[in-house]
Amino acid sequence: MCQGPDPVVDGLGADTLVRPGSRSITYNRMVVEIPTETPPQRSDDDVADELFHALADATRRDIVRRTMVSEHSVSALARMYPMSFAAVQKHVVVLTRAGLVTKEARGREQIVRCDIATVHTAQRLLDQLEQVWRDRLGRFGSVLAES
Amino acid sequence: MTVTDVQQDPTTLTLTIRSEYTSPIDRVWQMWADPRKLERWWGPPTFPATVTEHNLTTGGRVVYFMTSPEGDRHFGWWEFKAVDAPTSLRFEDGFGDETGAPIPDMPVSSIAVDLADSDSDSGSGSGSGSGSDSGTTMTIATTFPSAEAMDQMISMGMAEGMALALGQIDDLLAADNA
Repeated sequence: MCQGPDPVVDGLGADTLVRPGSRSITYNRMVVEIPTETPPQRSDDDVADELFHALADATRRDIVRRTMVSEHSVSALARMYPMSFAAVQKHVVVLTRAGLVTKEARGREQIVRCDIATVHTAQRLLDQLEQVWRDRLGRFGSVLAES
Repeated sequence: MTVTDVQQDPTTLTLTIRSEYTSPIDRVWQMWADPRKLERWWGPPTFPATVTEHNLTTGGRVVYFMTSPEGDRHFGWWEFKAVDAPTSLRFEDGFGDETGAPIPDMPVSSIAVDLADSDSDSGSGSGSGSGSDSGTTMTIATTFPSAEAMDQMISMGMAEGMALALGQIDDLLAADNA
C-alpha cells in the first residue's frame, strides 16, 4: 500500500497534457475503453475453465476413467449409469468440448474414446499451425493493400 | 486484414481460419493467381519464396522454393484438385526436390480456400458504414493426414518459425491499432 501525499498521484502528469481538473475524466475513459477493444479470444483460462467444469462431475470423471481403458459406445455407457441416454450423451458432449474424449460415428454407434496425450499433441501442433497462418495472412493483407 | 474466426479440430487435424478484407473478391483472388504476389506472402521475409512454376487450373501445379538465411533452397509443390475462380481453390501442399517432384514419405497437407463477398454479411458488426466497395471473406482450411505429418511439417519449418516469431511483434502492434 502506498501512503503519502499527492505527489504520487501527480506522477501521471508527465505525459498528460490535460489540465489538472480534467485528469480524472481522461483516466476513467481510458479504463473503460481498454476492455472493449480487446478482441474476444479463447484464453488459457477459458480452456482451463472448460476442463475443470468437465471434471467437476462424478459421472463425467467415471466416463473418462472407463474410456481411458477402452473405447465405449454412448449406448454402452448409458447402460452403466442410472440416467437416460440423452443425459449421458450430454455428458459426452461436455467432455468432447473440453478435449478429454473424442466421439466417432461407427455404423449406428457413437464410439467414445479418451486419448488425452493424442488430443493434447494435436492441439499443440494446431496452435503452431495457427501462428503460421496468422503471420501468412498478415503478409497477405499487406501485399493486397498495396495492389 | 482481420482474422475473424479460428477453429482447431484436433480429431480431424484441421485448422480453419477466416479473415476479412476490404478489397473486392477479384483482387483477393489475384493474391493466389499471380505468382509474383503469391511469393510475397507465402514465405516470411527471412525465408522468401520464389515461384518457378504456376498453373492455376485443376490438375495444374505450383513449384516454389524458399531460401533460408544461409542460402539453402527448400523446394515445395502444390497440386490443384479443384479451381473455381474467384471463389474456391483446393490443393495439396508438400515437400519436393529441385524439379518439384514430391519427396516420398514426406508429409502432404490439403488446403481448401473459399472466397465470398462479405458486403451483405452481418459479420462482427464493427460499423464500417455503407460502402459501395464490397469486401471479401476468405476461409482457409488446412488438414493433415496424421499428427506425425503435422509434427514433421512444423519441425521442418522451425527456422522459419523463429523468423515468424519476430514478425509477430509487428502483427501485435498493428492489431492494437486496428
